[in-house]
Amino acid sequence: MYDVIIIGAGVIGSSIARYLSKYRLNIAVLERSSDVCEGTSKANSGICHAGYDAKTGTLKAKLNVRGSKIMEGLSKDLGFGYIRCGSMVLCFDEADRGKLNELYERGLANGVEELKILTGDEAREIEPNLSSEVKYALHAPTGAIVDPFGLTVAMAENAAVNGVSFKLNTEVTAIKKENDIYKITCKKHPDAVHPDHTGEYVEEAPIVINAAGVYGDKIHNMVSGEKIEISPKRGEYMLLDTTAGSFVGRTIFQLPTEKGKGILITPTVHGNLLVGPTAEDIEDKEDTETTSAGIAEIKEKASLSAPAVPFREVITSFSGLRAKLVKRTHVDNLESEDADKDFLIGEVPDSKGFFDAVGIESPGLSAAPAVAEYIEKLICAKLAPALKEDFKEKREPIPNFKCADDNARKKFIENDSLYANVICRCCTVTEGEIVRAIHSPIPATTSDAIKRRTGAGMGRCQSGFCNPKVVEILSRELGIPCEAVCKNDPGSEYLIPEKEAES
Amino acid sequence: MIYDLIVIGGGPAGMAAALSARKEGIKDILILERDKELGGILNQCIHSGFGLGVFKEELTGPEYAQRYIEMTHEENIEYMLNTMVTGVHGIDEGSDTCNVTAVNSEKGLFELKSRAVILSMGCREKSRGALNIPGYRPAGIYSAGTAQRYVNIEGKMPGKKVVILGSGDIGLIMARRMTLEGARVSCVAEIAPYSGGLRRNIVQCLDDYDIPLLFSHTVTKIHGKKRVEGVTISKVDENYAPIPGTEKNYECDALLLSCGLIPENELSRDAGAKMEPSTQGPVVNENLETTARGVFACGNVLHVHDLVDNVTKESITAGHKAASFIKNGLGEWGEAHPVKVPSKEKNTIPEDMDRSCQMICVCCPNGCLLTAKKDEDGNYSVTGNLCPKGEEYAINEMTNPVRNISSIMKVIGGKGPVVSCKTSSEIPKGMIATVAGQIDKTTVNAPVKVGDILIKNVADTGVDIVATNVMESI
Repeated sequence: MYDVIIIGAGVIGSSIARYLSKYRLNIAVLERSSDVCEGTSKANSGICHAGYDAKTGTLKAKLNVRGSKIMEGLSKDLGFGYIRCGSMVLCFDEADRGKLNELYERGLANGVEELKILTGDEAREIEPNLSSEVKYALHAPTGAIVDPFGLTVAMAENAAVNGVSFKLNTEVTAIKKENDIYKITCKKHPDAVHPDHTGEYVEEAPIVINAAGVYGDKIHNMVSGEKIEISPKRGEYMLLDTTAGSFVGRTIFQLPTEKGKGILITPTVHGNLLVGPTAEDIEDKEDTETTSAGIAEIKEKASLSAPAVPFREVITSFSGLRAKLVKRTHVDNLESEDADKDFLIGEVPDSKGFFDAVGIESPGLSAAPAVAEYIEKLICAKLAPALKEDFKEKREPIPNFKCADDNARKKFIENDSLYANVICRCCTVTEGEIVRAIHSPIPATTSDAIKRRTGAGMGRCQSGFCNPKVVEILSRELGIPCEAVCKNDPGSEYLIPEKEAES
Repeated sequence: MIYDLIVIGGGPAGMAAALSARKEGIKDILILERDKELGGILNQCIHSGFGLGVFKEELTGPEYAQRYIEMTHEENIEYMLNTMVTGVHGIDEGSDTCNVTAVNSEKGLFELKSRAVILSMGCREKSRGALNIPGYRPAGIYSAGTAQRYVNIEGKMPGKKVVILGSGDIGLIMARRMTLEGARVSCVAEIAPYSGGLRRNIVQCLDDYDIPLLFSHTVTKIHGKKRVEGVTISKVDENYAPIPGTEKNYECDALLLSCGLIPENELSRDAGAKMEPSTQGPVVNENLETTARGVFACGNVLHVHDLVDNVTKESITAGHKAASFIKNGLGEWGEAHPVKVPSKEKNTIPEDMDRSCQMICVCCPNGCLLTAKKDEDGNYSVTGNLCPKGEEYAINEMTNPVRNISSIMKVIGGKGPVVSCKTSSEIPKGMIATVAGQIDKTTVNAPVKVGDILIKNVADTGVDIVATNVMESI
């Protein structure tokens, strides 16, 4: 039996796991996918918002500003990409100046520092590619970009090093409560790499934390009579090559108008340019399709901010789902007056010991560490756990060959000759980094997992050259046939088994 | 030491450039190659059709590469394999030599100096993302070259029900290749109203296997969340915009993309070379020197070529010019010289072709439209051919159509799992499946040399299966 079980290994579940791993608690994280960071956490804007967006007093506002404050320190302690590049909200109409002021005032009320409203010319002086139509811009130097994969993996790995057990390929199919203990029926995927269980089995814990993203309602409704509903909102993005990465130096938002929230243009921590997202309510919680209409919308709306976005440099497009809460229940810890649009975090009134951390749409990534802190306080109040004496609060990331200078590269190779073998040509990722990712605290067992940890396959050829090599390395290191190597979850094998190919 | 010349990339461009510089008397030449063997992408292009211009005979890719590899050995040109170049710097105020930084597992990271550098890294394929194809992002979407590597070098199958987007030569070649390996290719979709591939390849890779080529069609959706389950193909209008209502679904487990190539210029940019947007290669002067002084470029890194023979010719020039530079030193850079990019092939099979007596000749890239008429004595007279081979081909097509095929054979005890092979001469067209099946069932023990007979008198055709590449023992 565990003391705490967390359902979902996205950025929220992984962050909670990391913050609770400070204590003498026996913790497990259950994740239905083959890796951490496989849902909303892997497909978003990668922004650490300054915190002027959310209404003052909401959890969104508080946790965003708090997250924004602690993210940089965490990025150093845990080794993930973070750049405080600043952000701008553009206003294209004199008539909208009032709304920009509102954002400014709200930012001040939320505790955002260094905010300033610029004229169009002032904005163009520091961002020369902005449209001549820009009348004003709210400049937030504390806005930042963050590596969403890096953040999630770092949290999860640090939690794992501190004793949290991550159970991947493990889907929760039912939860029942007996004598104050939650009995969670788990189903291990039959084609998981080296499974530790087969078929269905039960995990138990008195405390359960629901961080199941778009499936947060399904998990919540397994235990609570007060039903909630999460409806996914799909956002499509276009990712441009690193050759376009310096097109803007800051995250460029558009002031929300009646026509919608607008499209952002931002550099990423990997040096690319990201443009998006659209916002479309959909029904299927697996529907991460991109559409030609979505791509057209991105291009059209982005050109409002900057007419010359070099879209011919696009290397991929993708879409992610925001976990939008459309029907919520009252949670006693919720202090906010604007509750219907807020995160839903806290103990479920009719199911003591069961905590929700759901409805984490934007600014969820920015807020993630603060959401974890918040849950940490709730759990501490409940269990009063003792701190571990040997908690390791820091994590060393895999040494990154591409970003290192020649002297550092030489040292990497001295320590590990596999660093002399460059596998991904576009992003200069070595075999040493890939092998380390496979043998990391949360082992990368798929090519997507390797991509998230090392960047291999993320470049302009989109794994055209390195895919056969990555498949071979995964096969060798995991001791499985090449034909069993997957892109992500079981069923996404790259190659056709020989017998099947012959039939 | 200071090398005279460092060549980056040991494919056909790099080897031809190095050999050309040697011919001009340049001594200390080093080729840096990132793969485990010289030859570049030719090693996976196991089909024949290379070398008519340079060698006056039709070779497979590996055979073409082997000829250059042998010449490189004969000329004692030094090369390093499994070596990745991470940085190139030309001659400038700070340095009177070119500086190259490279990495391999034997020497770690090391710096080299040279009087000149030739960039010959080749090109890469446009990915699904660059094409903006909507839909899911499952496994099973490959550039045609990646699929080619899997099949021809790794001996693995990336799919068995295949749709191909793009009718460039690699796409056409892969349609035939996947078919010979037992996959079913449902169609090749091409957004343009013509093919960028050669007419001979439309005939011998698609028509021969009844694979439809859909002009003015493109993939408008990819289905399948984990592995590709199918694609939607739509007709497009003259602006290449999909026409609503023309969508048709094709079930498949793999989508291969052959939609264009992009010069690979990370290093050129790193060297500070100015780039030319129209070719996506570096700007060069009439000596093929980039704006980074002492750094030359040739082959597909400069602009995408249609035929390897043209890569070779350009690279010979680059080697020659680099040699003069090495001998004469830094002069005026001069003016930018636009590279002559041949106009793109725009090929179709004439719709009004009378298939009872007309055909496209597959003997060479010309793809002549031939007409074979039978006279009263039963003899054929052939018109439309530019050479005698065409006449022979046309008569064969009317009486006993024949083809050459290329494939791979499993190797036991070799450094790689398979070796490429071909028919030693033409076999009856009707025997292709039988012969391919026989090759598939046969294994060969390493080592293998080019020209080794792997199957004598295959399927009683009187034709042998011969190796087209080398395969060393472990």
